[in-house]
Amino acid sequence: MKTSNKQQRNRKETAPRTASLPVPSFPRCYKESSKPHKFCPGCGHPITLHEIGMVVDELGIQNKTAFLIDIGCSLLAWDFFDIDTTQTHHGRTVPTAVGFKRAMPDATVIAYLGDGGGYAIGTQHLVHATLRNDPITVIIINNLTYAMTGGQMAPTTIEKQPPTTTAPFDRTPDVFGTNLKGPELVLHLAMPGAFVARTAVDNPLHVRMTIKEALLHQQKNKAFSFVEVLSFCPTNWKTNAQETFAWMGAFKETYPLFKTITGTNS
Amino acid sequence: MPRAKRRETKEFMQGNAVIAHAARAAGATSFYGYPITPSTEVFETWVQLCGNPHKPALSPVTKERLSYLQCEDEMASGFALIGACLAGKKAFTATAGPGNILMQDAFSAAEALRIPTVAVIMQRGGLSTSTVIYSQEEVTLTCFGGNGEGFRVVYSPSSLQDLYTYTLKSFNTAWKYRYPTFLLGDGYLGKMSGEVTRYPMLKREYVTPEPILLGPARQKSLSTNLRNCYDQEEEINSIIEQYRSDYARDSKAIAESESYRTRDAHTILIAHGIVASAAKVAVDMLRSTSARVGLWRPITLRPLDVPSLVSAVGNARRIIYIESALGQMSRLINDALIAYSETGKSFDLPAVRSLYAPALGITPTEIVEQVLKKS
Repeated sequence: MKTSNKQQRNRKETAPRTASLPVPSFPRCYKESSKPHKFCPGCGHPITLHEIGMVVDELGIQNKTAFLIDIGCSLLAWDFFDIDTTQTHHGRTVPTAVGFKRAMPDATVIAYLGDGGGYAIGTQHLVHATLRNDPITVIIINNLTYAMTGGQMAPTTIEKQPPTTTAPFDRTPDVFGTNLKGPELVLHLAMPGAFVARTAVDNPLHVRMTIKEALLHQQKNKAFSFVEVLSFCPTNWKTNAQETFAWMGAFKETYPLFKTITGTNS
Repeated sequence: MPRAKRRETKEFMQGNAVIAHAARAAGATSFYGYPITPSTEVFETWVQLCGNPHKPALSPVTKERLSYLQCEDEMASGFALIGACLAGKKAFTATAGPGNILMQDAFSAAEALRIPTVAVIMQRGGLSTSTVIYSQEEVTLTCFGGNGEGFRVVYSPSSLQDLYTYTLKSFNTAWKYRYPTFLLGDGYLGKMSGEVTRYPMLKREYVTPEPILLGPARQKSLSTNLRNCYDQEEEINSIIEQYRSDYARDSKAIAESESYRTRDAHTILIAHGIVASAAKVAVDMLRSTSARVGLWRPITLRPLDVPSLVSAVGNARRIIYIESALGQMSRLINDALIAYSETGKSFDLPAVRSLYAPALGITPTEIVEQVLKKS
């Protein structure tokens, strides 16, 4: 309710200037009945999902996309779109996508998961899908914490970030070891011709362009494509908007944005 | 069934190989697995049937390419299998023991999402890694593994010929009723060789699979959003109740059993799988001495054929449970009999005895001795 009022207000305010332009709208492949969505205010998931929706619209693949979802906050996307979806178990979205793609090679298959699913409980699946160059698109949301369970340490948690409940005195490497960098791991393992990128939700257009390239890569080059989306979680970081963006800027030092096709410039 | 019409071939084969050949005859097109003794030859035989991956053989049923994937572990195997089923392909896996434990991750998802996975379980010794040889100690795990209620179909074949018959049947049952379906064999059955009659599936018996995602609904622009995570207790409760009533309805068509010389029997032996084959021989040995002994054998452990069970044991003076485990099968039977008595129908439970030999084979002679032993 709040959202739609706000939208109306925004539209009224901008109406004179955009009267001749199409009104910016949600992606056509959104499922209206599931809105407003269930993600927390300020979450990076709906930003990413919005951009995925825009790409699905643009490429006209609503009827041939299978969107497979992991456990954790990502599971809230189970009915986000009017496209075919299934939830799986924690970490098992990548092998489900692999089996689906092999059985239906013409489908566009997206595995959508968090850093826990991708880099902890399902790391082996990511590693082997990379090694096999499976022609699927894996999108991993990296918000440096386990968000659904309330802000525990993730494989991506770093020293000097808002505290997690299972490393409340900071993730010091002497006690907890170091953090995992997913795209860099994939780069080291991938066969030539895989698409690997990191983008960030503070630039939605960058997220959109990166995901579009990944999906086109899956369709045209029939090779593995991997996108990590650096995201924010103000609920568990316990940050206001300004702090959230400030942390996000700082995290890009550890998790720099890049984009490459393996075997070409690496 | 007019078997004469089928093109039958007799061959000397290993049990695990029989399963792979039967899967091909059933219209299966892909296998996802991780090798583990004593199931490995199911995978290896399937690989041979697929031929060169650059020029793969075609399914005799669907004319699609046969394929396989050796996965990184059993969780990946189980979920890749789910992925293939979601895309509308008859696919299967094979595992055993510790692999069965890991694969329950996927099977519990398949149970929740009603995915028609087919899995061959060749039981090895129980208690952790144990032996790679034989037991009947994966009954509970296969029937009820996972945090669910056991909405699954579990066939327990007794012979090499059964391996063929029930592998063929598993795929049709899975896709017709949409339950994860298991062929629960054991290391002895999988590793033994003998004569098996192979035959193609008749067209009228074949259940055509269709994609669950990107399938017929999608063509009408309706989205399918499958879900195994719910917000409220009441939501999941209503799903479970729905599954319970589906399962009760479908059980009547799915449940199978064999009653052997039970009609006038005072003593009913109850055994499943390869042990039931030994028990059958024991029944014949005892009958030749005029002992009134019969065998009731559950062919499906889930769901149980309760009407047949009740009619077999209803007039008996005693039943003897025989299994290579400490009562994993007998618990299923006891539960079914108690549930039956709760329906208010008059029924006297006969005296019960057991011959439990966990992880050991059981011979007909041992069974005869048990029957003749004064208690």
